[in-house]
Amino acid sequence: MSYAQQAFDDRMSTVDFDVSQRPHITVDNDVCRSCRTTECVYACPAKLFVPTSDGGILFNYEQCFECGTCYQVCSGDGALSWSYPDGGHGVAFRKG
Amino acid sequence: MAEHTGSGQAGPGTRSAVVDTPPQRTVDVIVVGAGPAGSAAALEVARAGHSVVLLERGPFPGSKNVYGGVVYGRVLDELVPRWWEQLPVQRWVTRRSTMIMTPTQALTVDFRTRAWGGPPYNGATAHRSDLDGWLAGLAVQAGAVLVPSTVATGLLRDADGAIVGVRTDRPDGDLTAKVVIACDGVNSFLAKEAGMFAGKPSGHVTLGAKETLRLPRNVIDERFGVTGRDGVDIEILGCTRGIPGGGFLYTNLDSVSVGVVVDPHGLAAKKVRPEELIAELKRHPAIEPLVRGGELLEYSAHLIPEGGYDTMPELVGDGFLVAGDAAAMCLAAGIWLEGVNFAIGAGMYAGRAAADAVAANVVSKPGLASYTRMLAESFVLGDHRKLRRVPGLVLGQRMQQDYPAVLCDLAQGLFQVDNPRPKPGLLKLVRRVLTWHGVKARDVLSDVLTGVRSFG
Repeated sequence: MSYAQQAFDDRMSTVDFDVSQRPHITVDNDVCRSCRTTECVYACPAKLFVPTSDGGILFNYEQCFECGTCYQVCSGDGALSWSYPDGGHGVAFRKG
Repeated sequence: MAEHTGSGQAGPGTRSAVVDTPPQRTVDVIVVGAGPAGSAAALEVARAGHSVVLLERGPFPGSKNVYGGVVYGRVLDELVPRWWEQLPVQRWVTRRSTMIMTPTQALTVDFRTRAWGGPPYNGATAHRSDLDGWLAGLAVQAGAVLVPSTVATGLLRDADGAIVGVRTDRPDGDLTAKVVIACDGVNSFLAKEAGMFAGKPSGHVTLGAKETLRLPRNVIDERFGVTGRDGVDIEILGCTRGIPGGGFLYTNLDSVSVGVVVDPHGLAAKKVRPEELIAELKRHPAIEPLVRGGELLEYSAHLIPEGGYDTMPELVGDGFLVAGDAAAMCLAAGIWLEGVNFAIGAGMYAGRAAADAVAANVVSKPGLASYTRMLAESFVLGDHRKLRRVPGLVLGQRMQQDYPAVLCDLAQGLFQVDNPRPKPGLLKLVRRVLTWHGVKARDVLSDVLTGVRSFG
């Protein structure tokens, strides 16, 4: 693991999550592969969107802030299916 | 009851479930979201003697919430006598700075007053889990039923389209009510589902990202020049690589919070991530001495509805009201950054309007219209209407990129002693700096005029 990724993991380890069984966001890589902007890669504050070598996006919902930024910046029709995590799950900010 | 059509998950594009007009409602009022708007609404409904359920999707109020750090409490005068004795404050803001920077320069207007260090105070820093929990607690004391860990996944409508309740993600989770108040935050899926945003420009949001850093209380006092519960709030312009937005730094009791607010589309355009902008800000020569050695306690982020008055949705429907961030009631106007106060105000009026409508047994759109009237007569819509042109002005290219550099170079030209050369005349200096940065004098004049008109 790169130093930068380790540093980012340390950053995310300061945040409390109660991860839901159900992924509340899913990504359709068939749409992502044709995306030229990949704004999500830069804009997601939790860095959940990682570009893969085949032009797709590797996504993990588990440490999501539920902010909605990906949903705001995504230009791919149907690339994202977005909902809130089930009640009580997801992020719990203490110092917001 | 008709078959459940919703997906059972709250998100964009959810379709409302149509139900037969319920003969008896579960409660008088359902409030969705136990943030400042929702809790103020539930408090006023409960105080009027009506039954109210306050739904919160997080495990506790405030758990999904993040803000830029300062709450302005005077709106609470109408809700809680001597509220300042109860508000869970980190520090009272007695020093307010506006800092304009380039990568190597900073020009600060720094204001402090004793007046803000005693009742009724002005602004306070607080953690949202404390602040939102306190407000929700007031609603519960008044008789509201707080139901945490529960998502309102969609609306229930009767055959005429009037909203008669919400579907939740609990088993048998349909709740019916005479009025639903949507205080479900910036993404406002319920308001969108209700059609309140039809014909409105969308996507006027900025992304706020924040680090809270542990520092000993005495170190904060020394670095920021305060004592006791006095605190500092610094708003920063020019720290976002030209991406529309700004930065902030404020003091908690034994931590400081530092962060940026940016147009999310600008991040990809400049190929930079939010935490990298925070790291740059923390390394800036004007900021580094203030945050040095701070240990990261929590990283957080949230969207902010910054579009102002012209992006607000319809606020009243049949059996339905919208308040707070869900109604884009955030004021991000350069020198003013406010949201919690608008949420509390709007929630309070929504609660009163709902209570009056329930008492009169007319919960249709006309029956709830007193909400818009109360908002229009108050600061909630008054401030937003007055400052409707400001977001466009402060998020423009010149204000974001050119003016910070121009002002810093002007300050440097004025204060730098270039002996044996004589001092330059002020006008000559202004012309030279404007030329350096390719800014035309007539654009400056035009922006000053727009500013005077917009802030006037």
